[in-house]
Amino acid sequence: MGLLLYDSLLNFDLTKPNDPSGLIPALAESYEVNKADPTKWTFKLRKGVKFHDGSEFNADAVVFNMDRLFDEKSPQYSARMVSLTNFRLPAYKAVKKIDDYTVEFETKEPDSFFPFQICYVMFASPKQWEATGKDWTKFAANPSGTGPWKLTTLKSRELAELAPNKEHWDKTRVPKLDKLTLVPMPDPSARTAALLAGQVDWIEAPSPDAMKRITSSGFKIVSNIYPHIWSWHLNFVEGSPWTDIRVRKAANLAIDRKGIVELLGGYGVEASGHVPKGDPWYGTPSFEIKTDIAAAKKLMTEAGFSAAKPAKVKMLISASGSGQMLPLQMNEYIQQNLKDVFIDVEFEVVEWQALLDLWRAGGKSPQVKGAHGVNISYTTQDPFNAMTRFLRSDLHAPKGVNFGFYSDPAMDKLLAAAQAAFDPKERDAALAKVHTKMVDDALFVWVVHDVAPRAMSPKVKGFVQVRNWFQSLSPVSIDK
Amino acid sequence: MLVYILLRLLYTIPIALGVTVFVFALIHLSGDPMSAIVAPDATAEMVEQLKKSYGFDQPLPIQYLLWLTKALQGDFGNSIVNSRPVLDTLLAAVPNTLMLAGVATLIGFAFGCILGGLAGYYQGGIVDKIATGFGIAGVSIPHYWLGMVLVIIFAVELRWLPATGMGAGGSDAWQWDWEHIRFLILPAVTLSVIPCGIITRTVRSTVAEILNQEFVQALRAKGLWHGQVMRHVARNAAPTVLAVMGLQLGYLLGGSILVETVFNWPGTGYLLNDAIFRRDVPMLQGTILLLAMFFVALNLIVDIVQTWVDPRMRRS
Repeated sequence: MGLLLYDSLLNFDLTKPNDPSGLIPALAESYEVNKADPTKWTFKLRKGVKFHDGSEFNADAVVFNMDRLFDEKSPQYSARMVSLTNFRLPAYKAVKKIDDYTVEFETKEPDSFFPFQICYVMFASPKQWEATGKDWTKFAANPSGTGPWKLTTLKSRELAELAPNKEHWDKTRVPKLDKLTLVPMPDPSARTAALLAGQVDWIEAPSPDAMKRITSSGFKIVSNIYPHIWSWHLNFVEGSPWTDIRVRKAANLAIDRKGIVELLGGYGVEASGHVPKGDPWYGTPSFEIKTDIAAAKKLMTEAGFSAAKPAKVKMLISASGSGQMLPLQMNEYIQQNLKDVFIDVEFEVVEWQALLDLWRAGGKSPQVKGAHGVNISYTTQDPFNAMTRFLRSDLHAPKGVNFGFYSDPAMDKLLAAAQAAFDPKERDAALAKVHTKMVDDALFVWVVHDVAPRAMSPKVKGFVQVRNWFQSLSPVSIDK
Repeated sequence: MLVYILLRLLYTIPIALGVTVFVFALIHLSGDPMSAIVAPDATAEMVEQLKKSYGFDQPLPIQYLLWLTKALQGDFGNSIVNSRPVLDTLLAAVPNTLMLAGVATLIGFAFGCILGGLAGYYQGGIVDKIATGFGIAGVSIPHYWLGMVLVIIFAVELRWLPATGMGAGGSDAWQWDWEHIRFLILPAVTLSVIPCGIITRTVRSTVAEILNQEFVQALRAKGLWHGQVMRHVARNAAPTVLAVMGLQLGYLLGGSILVETVFNWPGTGYLLNDAIFRRDVPMLQGTILLLAMFFVALNLIVDIVQTWVDPRMRRS
C-alpha cells in the first residue's frame, strides 16, 4: 500500500515492462553526490507538491520523516517503521536542511548504492501527524501522503478503500479508477474463489494449482519476471561439500530447471545466475548455467565422488513462506536431480519464521546444526540486497546476512569498486563484474526467477506489469 | 443457587490464570516473537536492537508479570503487527464470531433435533439409518473442505451466493437484510455441520433411551397419542441436549478458525489465524484468553439453564 499513498524522493520507473525498472526522480527533482566528499548527497526537492491534507511537501517534511526513523529522541520516532525500513538504509548517517527545497544527506562511507536505499523511505505529512494527536497508529487510520491514492476508509484486517488523488504532481500517475478497494485474503483458495465468483476483479498470487481453472473460466493471468531469485544459499564453513567449486558447479549443471518451471505451471523463468540474462548487472560469466548431466558427473568424479561414494549435503528448507513458491515440491525435485550426479541431499524442514532466524544466525551457529545451506528466495531489486550483503566478508552473520561465511578478498575489492562508482553506468558495469565472478565461482545454486502471477477479471484494462516488486495501479481501468 | 453461581464464578479465576501461563509459555516456546515485526531480510543485529525497544529482551517471568498486571487493568497491550490496542481489535471481532457461531448453532440444533428425534423414534428403521448416516457424515467431514466445496458449487459455479467476506463495507456496514445475510449463509451452514452431527447422535440416543423407560409405557397406556408422548420425551431429553449444545457453541466460538479463514470472515478465528502466522504475541494472548473465558462462561450458563429446565437438579 506504501506506493499508492506515498511517494519517495526517487521512485522506481513503473512504466517499462521490458527492462528492469530504474530509479527516476519523484519528490526530488534531481540529486547529486558531492565530488569532493562523496559521503554528501544533495537532493533538490520538487516544488508545489502537496500532501493529501493540503499541507506542503518541503525540506522540513524530509527531515521530519528521516528523524522518524533515525532519531530515537524525536517525538515522531516509530519503532514499527524502523523495523520495516531501516535495514534497507545501511549507509544513512544524517540529513540536513539547506533551504526549503534542498536537503543534504550524509552517508557513513562513500556509497554509490545510496539512491537505491533512500527510495524505500516514504514521506508522510508532518501536519497530519500533528492533527492525529502525534500518534502513528491513529495516523495509519487517517494517513496523508503525496501519492496517487488517498485512503478514505480503513477497517483493520477487513478492507481499505482508496480514492484517486486528482491533484497528484505527476499527471501521468493520476488514477483512472474512481475507487479502489483492497481486501486482505490470506488463504489462496479463498482468494481464487472470490475472483471466480466475481466478488473481486483482481487477486495477487493465485494458488498455483488453480491457474488452469482461472484461465479456462475466461479470467486472465498477468505475469512478468521481477527481481526475485529462488536459490540455495550455500554454506562455506569448513566441512561443507560446497567449499569445492566442482561440487557447486555440478549441482548447478544437474538441475532440470525446465521441469521445475513446468512444476510451477509455467509460471517461472529458468535462472542462469543471480539476476536474469539481459540485466545490466548480468555481466559476461564464462560458466554457463544449464542442464548438462555428463559434465556434472565428470566434475563430481574429478572431485572424488561416485555413485558408491556420494557427496552428502544437508539443506535447511521451509514448507511455505513469502516468495518461496512451492518449496517442498521444488526441493524434492532438485533432490532427485542431484542424486543423479552423486550428491545426496538431506532436508531439514523448518517453519518459515524459524528458517529466517537460522539464516540470521548464520552457517557457523550451532543452531543450524551443521547444515550446508539454506533455501530462501531473495530480492535482487537493489545492489546491496541483491549481492553485497551475501558476499562482503565484513557482513558475516550475525552482523549481516552473509550466512555462508563467504570471504574472498578479490570479491571484496569488486564490491568496493561498485560502491565507489558514482556514475550509474560505471556502477552497473562494476556490479556486472561482481555478478560475473559470482556465476563463475558458482557461489549459489540458482534455480528459477518468480514471475509474480496475478489473476484478474477480463474487465480489468490498462495494467502493465513491470519488472519490479512494486506495481502502479494508476493506468488501470475497469470496463462496465 | 446464588451461592452456587458465585462459587462457579470464583472457579474461573484459577482457570483464567492457568490459561494465561499456558498460552504465554506455549507462544514463547514456539519461537521468537520478533519475527512478527522485523522484515524478513533484517539482520540479527537489527533484531536485537528492536527487541530492546519492545521489551522482549527481559526474562520471560518478568515479561509475563508485566503483561498480567496490565491485563488485569483491562489493557491487553498493542498488537505488534499494526500497533492497535488488542482489546479494541478483539471487541470488533467478537460480534462477528458470535453472529456466525450463533446462527450455525441454531441451524445445527434445529436439524440435529429433527434428525435425532426421527432416528430415535424410528430406531432401527430406514429413517434411523438415513438420519444416523447424516449425523456421522456431519461429524466426519472436515468442515473447511466442505466450505471449499460449497463455495465452488454455490459461489463459483451457480453464483447464487458470495464466496467470502461480510459484504460491501465490511463488518461495520452489516445489517440483517438479504444483501448481507447472503454472506452469512455459506459459512454458517459449513460451521453447523459438526454440531448438527453431534446433536443428532445425542438426541437419537437420549430419545431412544427415554422411550424405553417405564413412564413412557405408562403414558402410552393412558392412551396419549404420539405427539403428546413425544412432548414428555422432549422435556426429559432437554437437559442433556442443552448441555451438548452449549459445549458446541463454545467449540464453534473458538474452533471456527478454519471456516473463518476459508470464508475470510473477520471474527476471532480469523484473527487468531492471522496472529499465529504473524507471531503477534499480544494479540494471540488476548484472543486465546478471551476464547477460554467464553468457554468457561458458556459452561456456567449451560449449568444454570440446565438447573432451570430440570427440576431434579434444582432439588439437589
